[in-house]
Amino acid sequence: MTQPIKKQIHLAAHFPGVNNTTVWSDPESGSQTDFASFVHFARTAERGLFDFLFLAEGLRLREHRGKIHDLDVVGRPDTLTVLNAIAAVTTHLGLGGTINTTFNEPYELARQFASLDHLSGGRAAWNLVTSSDAFTGENFRRGGFLKPEERYDRAQEILDAATALWLSDREPVKFESAQFTFAGRFTLPPTPQGHPVLIQSGDSDAGREFGARTADAIFSRHGTVEAGQAFYQDLKGRMPRYGRRPEEITILPATTFALGDTEAEARENAERVRREQVSPQTAIAFLEQVWGRDLSAYDPDGPLPDVEPDAGATITRGRVRHEKDPVAVATAWRELAAAKGGLSIRELIIETTARQSFVGTPKQVAAQMDEYVQQDASDGFILVPHLVPGGLDEFVDKVIPELQDLGSFRTAYTGPTLRDHLGLAKP
Amino acid sequence: MVGDDRVVGEVMGAHAYVAVELGTSGEPSAAHHLAAVQAVADTGADLVFWADSFVPPEQAAPPTLDAVAIAARAAPVVAGIGLVPTVTVTHTEPFHVSKAIATLDLVSQGRAGWQVAVSRTEEEARLFGRKPAAPPAQLWQEAAEAVEVVVRLWDSWEDDAVIRDVATGRYVDRDRLHYIDFVGEFFSVKGPSITPRSPQAHPLVVVRDEPDALPVVARWADVVRVAAPDLAAAHTAREQVRAVVTGAGRDPDAVAVLLDVTPDGPDPVEAVRGGAADGVTLLGGPDPGLVGRLAELGLRRPVAGSATLRERFGLPRPANYFAGAHR
Repeated sequence: MTQPIKKQIHLAAHFPGVNNTTVWSDPESGSQTDFASFVHFARTAERGLFDFLFLAEGLRLREHRGKIHDLDVVGRPDTLTVLNAIAAVTTHLGLGGTINTTFNEPYELARQFASLDHLSGGRAAWNLVTSSDAFTGENFRRGGFLKPEERYDRAQEILDAATALWLSDREPVKFESAQFTFAGRFTLPPTPQGHPVLIQSGDSDAGREFGARTADAIFSRHGTVEAGQAFYQDLKGRMPRYGRRPEEITILPATTFALGDTEAEARENAERVRREQVSPQTAIAFLEQVWGRDLSAYDPDGPLPDVEPDAGATITRGRVRHEKDPVAVATAWRELAAAKGGLSIRELIIETTARQSFVGTPKQVAAQMDEYVQQDASDGFILVPHLVPGGLDEFVDKVIPELQDLGSFRTAYTGPTLRDHLGLAKP
Repeated sequence: MVGDDRVVGEVMGAHAYVAVELGTSGEPSAAHHLAAVQAVADTGADLVFWADSFVPPEQAAPPTLDAVAIAARAAPVVAGIGLVPTVTVTHTEPFHVSKAIATLDLVSQGRAGWQVAVSRTEEEARLFGRKPAAPPAQLWQEAAEAVEVVVRLWDSWEDDAVIRDVATGRYVDRDRLHYIDFVGEFFSVKGPSITPRSPQAHPLVVVRDEPDALPVVARWADVVRVAAPDLAAAHTAREQVRAVVTGAGRDPDAVAVLLDVTPDGPDPVEAVRGGAADGVTLLGGPDPGLVGRLAELGLRRPVAGSATLRERFGLPRPANYFAGAHR
């Protein structure tokens, strides 16, 4: 008699990025850019049999109140170049990165990603993002030329163009679309994966539609089981109209965690990390993003400002903003601060921005994660640790064995390519 | 006796550089390309060049991989040799070139270089569909701007920009990050780079000698590659390179001229001893005995295995353009 096969969890490892999730003030925090940090992180992920490593990218340093934002980690290597180097020190781990479609041309990107896939033996993945902002465009010769409503048109066109080149078998390609007109032959045959795995992370209606049509994996940011299930059903429900089956997309919500030998210790660790993530200065900066004005005179350990937000102001540039009415946010925060017994500015920011997804002993965290996936709130997770380079160590040493004991996670890689790990057919 | 001093200097202190040029073509696998780089490293050569362009090889010919990708794939596993891919700047954004080469420097612990090149053909222009092919003079004027942007971006972070000052909550000192505010005829770039200053700060800049490239050679090249039909012509080319470098206010002894040598071309040892070149680039693959022969003649100084590529070329780590006076 064979056991029914349990739904398997997929895991990606997000190299800690340039935001306040990444803690730099901890004694265990190492270099964000030395190659040794990437080697440590990648090898840990591979030891934990993760599906893939992931690197984010932003092409202009963030600014806050007209100056380069100086409170968070800043600076990272070129995504494709460091992924090629990581391929040299790993054997199975998938290698994913964000590359912006606005400031690159399809022929060059197609060749760079195909090169990574060939040189890594079929482990490349591309998270397509599209930016319309003139702020980032100032670093590029064509500037910020894209209308916001054309973002997904460009993403689709560049993907169609790249795919035509990847699968051309070096036959001549002639491509014409609204944004691209080019012709010629590609320099490479189809890659070990056919072409790289495609990742999408937009959450708007257009973003979900693009994902349902094209993506192999989707990064989401829906925390609760209910929100996760709603997204999961919505996204997978869009796939049949493109002739795709639900299992052809792996949905991975961004996930943070805190561990301890006991539940109480895990909660203490979670609390400590949250305080490290939200320094007094960071708390004020977060507040300024909502208020749209200089609040540097306020005490982070004191109450929220009495003044109302400047609703029209944008004082942070170079990061994704979640458009919400600042006055409404301020009102909700004041109510929350009062309801919790008078939270200070810093306590309020910690409460609203920094809560970890899973907190507990390794056994508890494994059980929570497994339940989340078995209830179809996702197909796995992209873990976002708070430390470089050791942020995955404890998870891999302690949680992975628990997930394996639950029968929900692989005990060995079953093939050499990322498509093998994700259970995807070759295009 | 200026001339004699120069000869003595060359014999005692000089280093006859040995480079090998590989292609990006062949079976598109790590195994194939790593074997080729390792074979060069095993001969004790100073650096490997990867010729590259967007021009698609004939369909029946071996495919070509991206040169930076091959170099980065090799960096962690092939030690003791400089890694110098060609990256063209006609269709590629200088912002991307800057961080790619800086990252190659990071993952190779200071062994990166960059051979600057332009895309000349209509065939390449059609692969991008943004602009027609341009004459060489214009391509190199544009390239001059691109190189300036790349080098300025390399300096846009001071070495000590990351401060991790818990007392003030600051990870980085923003006064040590610099907008480059480049505005040229062809494009403008704001900066700073997203990538911190690399181990060498300025990976080795390599330019091939051609008339329209001379302004770039004069201002930016650390290494100049020369092709010449014979040693006399090579000698003349080297003198011209040294003259334009001097004319740009730089020290010509800080710029090495490497002569391309084919298997049936001039003897590499004669090229160096006769003063026709500061070193050679072997186009026909590695020569296992060459470094040894040059050493026996006193034409090689010892090089530490951990040396950066700049150190191999006797070049200091450069001061930051934006620090101090320009701050």
